[in-house]
Amino acid sequence: MIKKWDATSEHLLRELTPQVLGAVARRFRDFSSAEDAVQEAMIAAFTQWPQEGVPENPRAWLIQVACRRTTDWMRSEIARRERETAVAAETENLASLLDIEADMDPDDTLILLFMCCHPALTPSSAIALTLRAVGGLTTAEIANAFLVPEATMAQRISRAKQTIKASGTPFRLPSPHERTERLTAVLHVLYLIFSEGYASSIGSHLQRFDLAREAIRLTRNTKTLLPENAEVAGLLALMLLTDARRAARTGRDEELIPLDKQDRSSWDQAEISEGIELLTATLAKGSVGLYQLQAAIAAVHDEAERAENTDWPQILALYELLNRVSPSPMVTLNHAIAAAMVRGPAQGLKLLRALDADPRLATHYRLAAVRAHLLEKTGDYDAAIEHYRLAAARTTSIPERNYLMTQAARLAGD
Amino acid sequence: MKYILMMNTMKAGHGVPEWPQKDLQAHIAFMLGLNKELHERGEFVSAEGLSFPDQAKLVRAGKDGRPATDGIFPESKEFLAGFWIIDVDNPQRAYEIAAEVSAAPGPGGAPLNMPIEVRPIMSGPPPDML
Repeated sequence: MIKKWDATSEHLLRELTPQVLGAVARRFRDFSSAEDAVQEAMIAAFTQWPQEGVPENPRAWLIQVACRRTTDWMRSEIARRERETAVAAETENLASLLDIEADMDPDDTLILLFMCCHPALTPSSAIALTLRAVGGLTTAEIANAFLVPEATMAQRISRAKQTIKASGTPFRLPSPHERTERLTAVLHVLYLIFSEGYASSIGSHLQRFDLAREAIRLTRNTKTLLPENAEVAGLLALMLLTDARRAARTGRDEELIPLDKQDRSSWDQAEISEGIELLTATLAKGSVGLYQLQAAIAAVHDEAERAENTDWPQILALYELLNRVSPSPMVTLNHAIAAAMVRGPAQGLKLLRALDADPRLATHYRLAAVRAHLLEKTGDYDAAIEHYRLAAARTTSIPERNYLMTQAARLAGD
Repeated sequence: MKYILMMNTMKAGHGVPEWPQKDLQAHIAFMLGLNKELHERGEFVSAEGLSFPDQAKLVRAGKDGRPATDGIFPESKEFLAGFWIIDVDNPQRAYEIAAEVSAAPGPGGAPLNMPIEVRPIMSGPPPDML
């Protein structure tokens, strides 16, 4: 029975990618060639299925095409080298491709995630590889999302695979003692994909692939693989609770609207409820990590029907906790904002002073922007103008720069 | 992070540089090699070389809003010879590439040590550091 190609078919293809890749990589013990072969199988499906219909067992179809491709490569490689009889015998043994299907391991997708977020890779390589190998995106789609030429993205992915190959990482789950550290890397990559998508959804790049949604989908899948992990659930909750405000974040002319000025009725209530539900379930388990705490803070904002009803004392308490669990200059910065809301702007400004000596944040636009905002609250308009302008000069986002310049102009008067 | 690398090295009133053939070829080969390297590393976004300044026109809207062109430039002004747009993991890598461009071989094969202006491209805020 062949099904007609419809709107769900493309989604199905993406969902199948990591399963197919896992099966092929496991069979041939070569992640890099398997990844190339699966990409070709996906392209074959994208061109054939819309015309010929979706095969009854799409996964088996994809595995078969990818395996044939890999076998062809191996044969020609062997013929070229005229050696490696052991491998030759093995590839001749590809008797039943259905065996591979039976061979499927639910951990395959997880292994792929760990491989793609390998510590030897730079963040940009890990992101690109994850989107292709686990997310099932084509190289062209990833290139479009990052606004670089397709050839450049293809090269980035190919180098990433070489790095993994050179590292000699076997196709299996990391050992238990490595696992926590590797999972942290996976969550960080998913988080980076989300923030890249969320940041770029401001401004005039409307035709870009929606990376924020893709990150949510991948994190959702990761949660299915690791249902007991509180931080995976925390990250998914954080994404949903942040994404819920997406429509309210920009005005008609794409201008940036800060949290306290947003039209809260346009926040996505379904995403908020799902995020809060996830969070409540993880917090009940007792452990708290970086993502859960950030999600909790996002939830407090989302729960306030009006900006002035925001429970700032609770947010402040959460930042104090976050400062203990996972201190970083960005946490200190946000902690200062919360402290200013609860104890007054002078208190916030005092906390900011510690960041002037931190090379990671001293020249960051966010520090200048927050300082400008707090200075304005103390009534020191001249200093506020100066810092709004400093922040405007330092940001790399045009909507943000416009926002900051407008704040300075508003205080300066006409 | 995307950066633009601008090579502001052309002087007004100057046309085609008069270098010996060997040096010119070495310079061209260097630039092609650099672009190839950027492609291979997955860092290339775009690169363009511009015509010589004697082909440039300065355009302003006239009183009627129509273009009023002008082709005479002050001798002292420096002109953009070409630019690269790259996508790299950190600013240090952008500076490294700029230094490579700067040291392109000139007459006699000696490095030109041209000033290369490096500026971030406005492409959205960097992800918040955790």
